Amino acid sequence: MNRRWLRVAALLLMAAGLMAPVGAGGWQASAGALICAVASIVCAAAGLRRWDASLERGLTLLAVLLGAAAPLILLAGPGPFGAAAPGIWLFLVGWSLVLWRALSILSHMPRRGVGALAAPAAFGIALLYLWQVVVVGFAVPQVLLPTPTQVGHILATRLDILWPDFHQTFLKAVLSGYAIGCAAGFLVAVVADRVPFLGRGLLPLSGLVSAVPIVGIAPILVMWFGFDWQSKAAVVVVVTFFPMLVNTLAGLAAADAMQRDLMHSYAASYVQSLMKLRLPAALPFVFNALKINSTLALIAAIVAEFFGSPILGLGFRISAEVARLNVDVVWAVIAIAALVGSMFYGAIAVVERACTFWHPSYRA
Amino acid sequence: MGPVAGIVAAIIVFWYAAAVWLNAPQVIDRFKSDEKSWTAGELIDATWSMERPVLPAPHQIAQNLYETVFQTPISNKRSLVYHAGVTVSSTLLGFLFGSVLGILLALGTVHSPVLDRSLLPWIIASQTVPILAIAPMVVVVLGSIGFVGLFPKAVISMYLCFFPVTIGMVKGLRSPDPLQLDLMRTYSASAAQVLWKLRWPAATDFMFASLKVAIATSLVGAIVGELPTGALAGLGARLLSGSYYGQTIQIWSALFMAAIIGVALVAAVGLIEHLVARRMGKPA
Repeated sequence: MNRRWLRVAALLLMAAGLMAPVGAGGWQASAGALICAVASIVCAAAGLRRWDASLERGLTLLAVLLGAAAPLILLAGPGPFGAAAPGIWLFLVGWSLVLWRALSILSHMPRRGVGALAAPAAFGIALLYLWQVVVVGFAVPQVLLPTPTQVGHILATRLDILWPDFHQTFLKAVLSGYAIGCAAGFLVAVVADRVPFLGRGLLPLSGLVSAVPIVGIAPILVMWFGFDWQSKAAVVVVVTFFPMLVNTLAGLAAADAMQRDLMHSYAASYVQSLMKLRLPAALPFVFNALKINSTLALIAAIVAEFFGSPILGLGFRISAEVARLNVDVVWAVIAIAALVGSMFYGAIAVVERACTFWHPSYRA
Repeated sequence: MGPVAGIVAAIIVFWYAAAVWLNAPQVIDRFKSDEKSWTAGELIDATWSMERPVLPAPHQIAQNLYETVFQTPISNKRSLVYHAGVTVSSTLLGFLFGSVLGILLALGTVHSPVLDRSLLPWIIASQTVPILAIAPMVVVVLGSIGFVGLFPKAVISMYLCFFPVTIGMVKGLRSPDPLQLDLMRTYSASAAQVLWKLRWPAATDFMFASLKVAIATSLVGAIVGELPTGALAGLGARLLSGSYYGQTIQIWSALFMAAIIGVALVAAVGLIEHLVARRMGKPA
């Protein structure tokens, strides 16, 4: 019943949108938009009757696609839009309700393979679409917020300047700093585990460090190591060290007493029980730290570039283009950073799956 | 306490040694240009009392902290208490926004399968956007549409700290035993009743754990939000002006102030957690 009312509300809002003014010419001026809008409403209304489930799903998805096209066609025409065109926004609110239904259909798809990605992908595309329509419709100045298409255009055409930035920040600073920081954190944790005095002293202190804004040491390290990528790598080392230390220490304590006793009864040496029992048991914790560090490292390197860098690097690009009000380039850099961060994270998650396939969280 | 004190003492000794090692080249240059002969004692003494050292000695930082905190009136721009106050107020505002947003998102995610499937992946992906990196731009853009002062910095803190709260609260609100949820169903409890009488109390432990993480990241957000050159006050502005003018002692004392504030804020959340746990009748 609830779901039905949602549908009716959606239809009423979309129909009201057809009545209200939408810029200079109105709906009549653009035959394409009118056809799409009416077809979308018809599809959504047809979904109200109790057909079989698969037909209802198809109609809903069709209603979403057609409904998305109508405002785009309208906005390509003559203005004024924004508050002068309430029809578009009423229509879009109704459309969002249909979208909600479509998302709930997609989220019932099987959780394996492509089905698992359908709902989040549709949600992301819908967000980008609404961003585009709102920015174009309300004529938001490009200085404040560019449209996704403008950002995409920069990404496609300005790779010649963006690639060296990526190379400088990610391939040089982040990867080297990440490797050194994680390795150092891991080794210190193993040593601290072996020497209880060190462990008992370091653990409370590292907990303390997690409450401290470590990024603040960036200006100091830039003074020490110079403007080039080495200073950014140094910041990344410091930022990634402590999460790795804390997680590995927790992981080395994760093997339970029965298992340790078993190793003891085998007369296993320290190294044997470390390599065969405790390090494998610590792997989920180590990977947790690797994942946390993957995003931390990128952010730390970019922030460190604000305190001085040669004339390339993602952070340098952001601060330089903000000053020149080229906000579309800034957003393109942000998109790159987000994409690289997600891929870095995803790559570690894949390796984690391969290495810790035995862990209960993957066996379900 | 023994091991911690031992490690801290070792760090301080190491720090003094590093100060000598890093500052010595400059000091030696100065001695040479003065054509003065020097002894090892004079060299060490000089490296520990430079005006703009590469690495200030701990007592120099402590002295600077003492001067700027206790011996400067709070109204003065050189008072570290004044700058810390600016940073703390935007930290707390952002923490408030972020916690409310995080809890709302978690409630939505737990109660709507659609949000769970379509929104949650994007919440995780949102954290790969280097918001700290675009913080200066956010401050500039919000400033240009009329939001100045605390609000833009609080927005950055909010963006950083809603995430741990959402993730922790989703876990917490789902932590009740299926048996307990079934019991609520046999009572024919409404969704709101299940939330208030079962899910919310079960989530408090998770909530405080994530609030501690959130308030620490909120502080980082506030400090980075102060980095744009427009910001005149706050610990971030102290860091930036210190790095422009090579005032290393000023940078380090701002850093230590930030560390003290971070620890104090986390401890404050821990205290509230303790009080709430006692009020809920949980064993300490």
